Amino acid sequence: MSASEFFDMGGYAFFVWSSYGITTVVLAWVFISPIFNKKNIIKELRIKYRQQERQQQDRADSEQA
Amino acid sequence: MKLPAIVHKYSSPKNFYTMSGKMVPWFAWGFGLTLVFGLYYGFFIAPTDYQQGESYRIMFVHVPAAWMSMFVYMVMAVSGAVGLIWRIKTADLMASASAPIGAAFTLIALITGSLWGKPMWGTYWVWDARLTSELILLFLYLGFIALQASIEDPRNAARAGAILAIVGVVNIPIIHYSVEWWSTLHQGATVTKFDKPSIHIDMLIPLLVMAVSFKLYYATSVLMRGRAEILLREQNSRWVKEIVANEGAALGGAK
Repeated sequence: MSASEFFDMGGYAFFVWSSYGITTVVLAWVFISPIFNKKNIIKELRIKYRQQERQQQDRADSEQA
Repeated sequence: MKLPAIVHKYSSPKNFYTMSGKMVPWFAWGFGLTLVFGLYYGFFIAPTDYQQGESYRIMFVHVPAAWMSMFVYMVMAVSGAVGLIWRIKTADLMASASAPIGAAFTLIALITGSLWGKPMWGTYWVWDARLTSELILLFLYLGFIALQASIEDPRNAARAGAILAIVGVVNIPIIHYSVEWWSTLHQGATVTKFDKPSIHIDMLIPLLVMAVSFKLYYATSVLMRGRAEILLREQNSRWVKEIVANEGAALGGAK
């Protein structure tokens, strides 16, 4: 079987390859999105925790004064 | 009915985060290896179909995706029920992390089925029982996602989602038996029946390997989603603050 025969899929190239292409794109997107999502969550929580710390610090300072 | 204390201990969010972190690489490697093997077998060893020619090779993604669309739904409904009854947070987490993956598998089953239907049946779509019930499954997933997104309180969101998921389980046997109960263009079961599978062994092997591969994909993906989401849900606990301090430093960014 030659490469062009293989890619032709007996005349069904469009149907076979778009099936595999769409499957790849959808599954890859679902797979990759939580990786970025987790990084964003960590970044946001980091900022949030720092704000909370600062607020607590301010409160402690004002109570002392 | 009460669950033994050990179940609650091992299903604690912190334990889930640690354990899943160890499991993800194994599942991911298993997925990658079975995927390569399954695709190689499916394209280069599996023979040409005497009726459908090469077009039948769509089966190696279509059928596992369709199986997974139902399997993930059952996982979602069962974990939703477990979360509802025993108030296990990680069960709620698994239910909501499963929904987008299940929706993806359902979408893939519908699209690849459509692309297989066109050359074989002469149409991309027909409103018969199998295709319609699978489309309803997609709407159930999307409804679950939308419902949970619309409720702010995570406990109430989990509860409402679980009830929707449990009610929707009625659709699963309808999908499976639709090809027997109603007349349809869709072919009947060739593998999942109480009889010898009526399929060539060299077509059956890649089909089953791809099914295992998609299961491992789901395992990897659902744990990765759960691990991200749990940080958000448990943000007030000390262990999350420690992880954010450690991993946040590795990520760099604003000081």
